[in-house]
Amino acid sequence: MSSTTEHLRRRPPRPAAGRRRRTPVTWVKDGGLTTLAFAAPLIIVFAYFSWFPIVRAVVMSLQATNLVTDPVFVGLDNFRQVLTDPLLPTAVRNTAYFALLALVFGYPIPLFLAVLMSDLRRHRGLFTALAYLPVVIPPVVAVLLWRFFYDSSPDGVFNTILGWVHLGPFTWLDSPTTAMPSLVLEATWAAAGATVIIYLAALVSVPAELYDAADVDGASTWRKVWHVTVPQLRGVMLITLILQIIGTAQVFLEPYLFTRGGPDNATTTVLLMIYDYAFGNSLGGDYGAAAALSLMLAVFLALFSLLFFRLTRSWSDS
Amino acid sequence: MSSRRRTTASASALAGVLAVSLLAACGSSAGNDEAKDSKDGKVTISVEGWRPGSEQATIDTFKAQAAEFTKANPNITIDPKEWEWKGETFAAQLAGGTLPTTFRVPFTDGRGLIERGQILDVSKQVKALPYASKFNPSVLAAVQSPDGKIYGLPTGVYGMGLHYNRDLFKAAGLDPDKPPTTWDDLRADAKAIHDKTGQPGFVTMSKGNTGGWDLTTFTYTLGGRMESEDGKTATINNDATKQVLNTLKAMRWEDNSVGSGALLDWGGINQAFAAGKAGMYISGSDVYNALVQQNKVKADSYGLGLVPLGSGDAGVLGGGSIAAVSAKATPAQADAAVKWNDWYYMRKLSEQSAAEADAKTLNEGKQPVGTPQLPVFDAATLTSYNGWIKPYVNVPIDQMANFTNGINSQKFLAEPVSHTQEVYALLDTVVQKVLTDKNADVDQVLDKANTQAQALLSK
Repeated sequence: MSSTTEHLRRRPPRPAAGRRRRTPVTWVKDGGLTTLAFAAPLIIVFAYFSWFPIVRAVVMSLQATNLVTDPVFVGLDNFRQVLTDPLLPTAVRNTAYFALLALVFGYPIPLFLAVLMSDLRRHRGLFTALAYLPVVIPPVVAVLLWRFFYDSSPDGVFNTILGWVHLGPFTWLDSPTTAMPSLVLEATWAAAGATVIIYLAALVSVPAELYDAADVDGASTWRKVWHVTVPQLRGVMLITLILQIIGTAQVFLEPYLFTRGGPDNATTTVLLMIYDYAFGNSLGGDYGAAAALSLMLAVFLALFSLLFFRLTRSWSDS
Repeated sequence: MSSRRRTTASASALAGVLAVSLLAACGSSAGNDEAKDSKDGKVTISVEGWRPGSEQATIDTFKAQAAEFTKANPNITIDPKEWEWKGETFAAQLAGGTLPTTFRVPFTDGRGLIERGQILDVSKQVKALPYASKFNPSVLAAVQSPDGKIYGLPTGVYGMGLHYNRDLFKAAGLDPDKPPTTWDDLRADAKAIHDKTGQPGFVTMSKGNTGGWDLTTFTYTLGGRMESEDGKTATINNDATKQVLNTLKAMRWEDNSVGSGALLDWGGINQAFAAGKAGMYISGSDVYNALVQQNKVKADSYGLGLVPLGSGDAGVLGGGSIAAVSAKATPAQADAAVKWNDWYYMRKLSEQSAAEADAKTLNEGKQPVGTPQLPVFDAATLTSYNGWIKPYVNVPIDQMANFTNGINSQKFLAEPVSHTQEVYALLDTVVQKVLTDKNADVDQVLDKANTQAQALLSK
């Protein structure tokens, strides 16, 4: 343990602070009111815009309401309705499939790019900017662009390019088998840049001596990456992994804008279902069911995150 | 891959769900309160103005029209709102009380709004209008409750038509003045177009509930229905729908004449058609306006025919919009709103001077004039109207003659009455299944959809 923390440990306790009985008077004397005055705007904003809607959502999940007529308390009916919806298993399966594909393709690519870029001696800034560029493009614009690429007729952009090497034409978004991988491809392209930046920042902190020592031992580039870079980035990689899982479990943008859940529900995800419950019907949605499914998803993700951190604690600490 | 975008997207969706809960908390109760009217007889109403993203010229024209109206009705102030009916925002606006005093909703939403008392009964005001007795009864029915009360003015009435590309017809060796009149001919023509030009001969919508809209239209042409008349029983697995889907399936997998694009919506299909990537498609008769304004369609290449009708109880699907008045309007506002709707939407259909002025303005702005409409009133009134605007017509009406000459003899059928948009959403999946799965069992697919639809109708 370093001397700094040692010093902190030895610092004597504040005189009598722990023993004095806390009463409203002592709270005021200790500057409680000032603290409250400073915190109040934040508390009010959070309470109104964050906590209150959460509580409302919980209440709404127990009600039948279209926000027009008076809500009726229905107990767990909304949960029952959602759980027996024949579309739910499909949506869960599709979401898991998206998450899996995104993990297989989307997770290693940014790491690979970051390692490559960190090895560059010149123009690193330029490459970083290029890698980050897709993140800057508004998602809706990116999707519109990719819809042109994915045109399934023989004169679509991708089909034309693949046609030069006598491949295709492929149906891309227009077939239940290729629709989801097509969404993942665009999503990976669109989001990889942000993760590359995180990895690049983390790579700077890897001590150069480790690489020097590996060089002395005659390690190849691949061995250096595997035995030096990856272990050093472990903490960051675990965080990006859980963030990605949480993110992909809530995938909405791509299926909504590209395929609207089709073809034949091949890209209907859990979030798209929530959206359709709430806004699919112009005469007033089933907000209770939407709130119920949102809650279930939130609880699942919270439990999953807890489990993830518990299981990986020893690995990330070492 | 980072989760930023995904988190943002999902957060917005959840925030949306949560935001409507806030709206609900804040929304005030509706009231048609006479006491709120000012004593001096002056009244202000907010009205549906222009669509978001309209050009400045459109906005200026609208404001000028509003000023003209106010000149004739000095006690009424018009407050135009940038607004457009959207299925996905309407419910929240209705709940939050942010709708204009008067707004337009599709016929399909009328029944629900009337049942829940969310739009005003304006029978008294409408019956006082000079043309009240001249309404086309089937059109008027769309704005009426079962007991005959009137809840708005019917506008933008359309019938479905067969839109076709004359250039592709010529290239395929077909007569561009003779669009198909039976489903067999349609299939044969589509195949000819694909075989000769490589372009899809016939395309159908399949996304955003439009697949259901198109499939219902196809079903009507063969005498089938998607729901019983009272909207209580789903009849999706009827013989007509089966026949139409089997034809579509054969066109997709045997003839290869409907293209591989399985996810087209209203805008997407218009775009494909205007780009010459579709020989034929079925959509509202007024879609030519959008094809010009948004897709720059080549006028020479455009043709409009009738949807092919079979025998029996066959008919053409039609629809339109209700110019309705918010349930929150005061009596004076309701009077003013109906006056405005009469002046802005209706008067030009029945009064020569109003018709001419409107057509002249549109023509000067290079907007389409003369696109076929269905009669809101009787056929004679529509004929007079077409005569009044003739000098200003700038659309290829000769190429639309097959439609205009025959539409009056086709039976006009309204859309399914109960849970229409939700049933359409189910039917989207049916169309997508047939277009993407070579081995799809039509009977089984329809039985499944019917069970799901019945669950909705039984709610």
